[in-house]
Amino acid sequence: MKQHLAKINSDSNGLHARPASVFVKIASLFPCEISVVRDQVTVNGKSILGLMMLALGPGAEFTIIAEGDKEEEAIEKLAELVETNFVV
Amino acid sequence: MPVPGITVETIMREHDELELEVIAGDKGLGNRISNSEINRPGLSLTGFFDFFAHDRIQVFGKGEWAYLNSLDETQLKHISELFFSYHLNCIVFTHGNPPSPIFVEMCISKDIPLFISKISTHKFITLISQILDRSLAPRTVRHGVLIEVYGIGILLTGKSGVGKSETALELIERGHRLVADDMVEIRRLSESYLIGSCSDLLRHHMEIRGMGIINIKDIFGVGSVRDHKIIELIINLKDWDDTLEFDRTGIDNLTEEILGLQIPFIELPVKPGRNIPIIVETAAMNQRLKKMGKNSAQEFNKKLTQYIKQSQIETTPGKN
Repeated sequence: MKQHLAKINSDSNGLHARPASVFVKIASLFPCEISVVRDQVTVNGKSILGLMMLALGPGAEFTIIAEGDKEEEAIEKLAELVETNFVV
Repeated sequence: MPVPGITVETIMREHDELELEVIAGDKGLGNRISNSEINRPGLSLTGFFDFFAHDRIQVFGKGEWAYLNSLDETQLKHISELFFSYHLNCIVFTHGNPPSPIFVEMCISKDIPLFISKISTHKFITLISQILDRSLAPRTVRHGVLIEVYGIGILLTGKSGVGKSETALELIERGHRLVADDMVEIRRLSESYLIGSCSDLLRHHMEIRGMGIINIKDIFGVGSVRDHKIIELIINLKDWDDTLEFDRTGIDNLTEEILGLQIPFIELPVKPGRNIPIIVETAAMNQRLKKMGKNSAQEFNKKLTQYIKQSQIETTPGKN
């Protein structure tokens, strides 16, 4: 299991529909289980509704957890995605 | 895990129906209540403190109030000191009865919120019990779809992309109701059943691959949704795999545990051409039959064993 503490860029619009869809798209490329945790609420990182339910605003901190095949690669890609403001 | 319990302040702020008015000890509004029962301290006021449930809300009704009024100053002071030597979280006087100045002073010095409620003791206890039961119920979140089929609450689970939402959509189209898509919030109420519901933000919405986010209530009408439902059956969708064994008889009643309760469980293999919604519908009806005390698989097996016995008797010479 690998995990990473990520933070939404403070001068972005937060994780609304479009960035959420990018996150899910990238997460779905990996075979491992990916979850996103914020304030004790865990959601599936491959589910767009779950991700949006977290309502991650600008500056929000959250944890990405990957477990299974290619977990390291998945965390690396997703962390980079959050840092670059969901631009692929 | 979050800190268990609910603060006195939350109860006061969110439930106007309790008509709580704080008169002292407001510094203790952050006290947490983690026991859903309440205590009428009548017996303790006479000086008997064995089994004193000090961690519950203390409700002073007409009886307790009248008893305290019947005491003289020294007696009242003595019993108050004993009473307040326990760690209390909050005190409520019902019927709008004003507590004695000694109680007010004690609550201020110990930071214990002291309330007056205008409603009757019976009504207060009924309301607060419901509120506490609801807010203290154990809860969890599951990834899946909760749908009501023929009155049975079915939790569809399975890996993302296995077709949970698509199955649910077809069921809705056939007249069944959506409770929650994707994230199902589950609470265990009264130790015997699980209630599933949806977070406020996602309510009535679904995500269908290739189409995006849709509002089920707007498309299919208000009859196609529910806000919450008891979970009576779990169906796990699994990609068809020739090496996996699936239940072929249904004689054993499989269950899965959620929050300590055993819920009937079925695993359905998915492959192109298999009409999952119809199977889910049939499973719902079969579950209703079981609830009525009729288990098709077991009854069939009984019939079969009887038939085997019968044919044995007929073929064994000398038995007839």
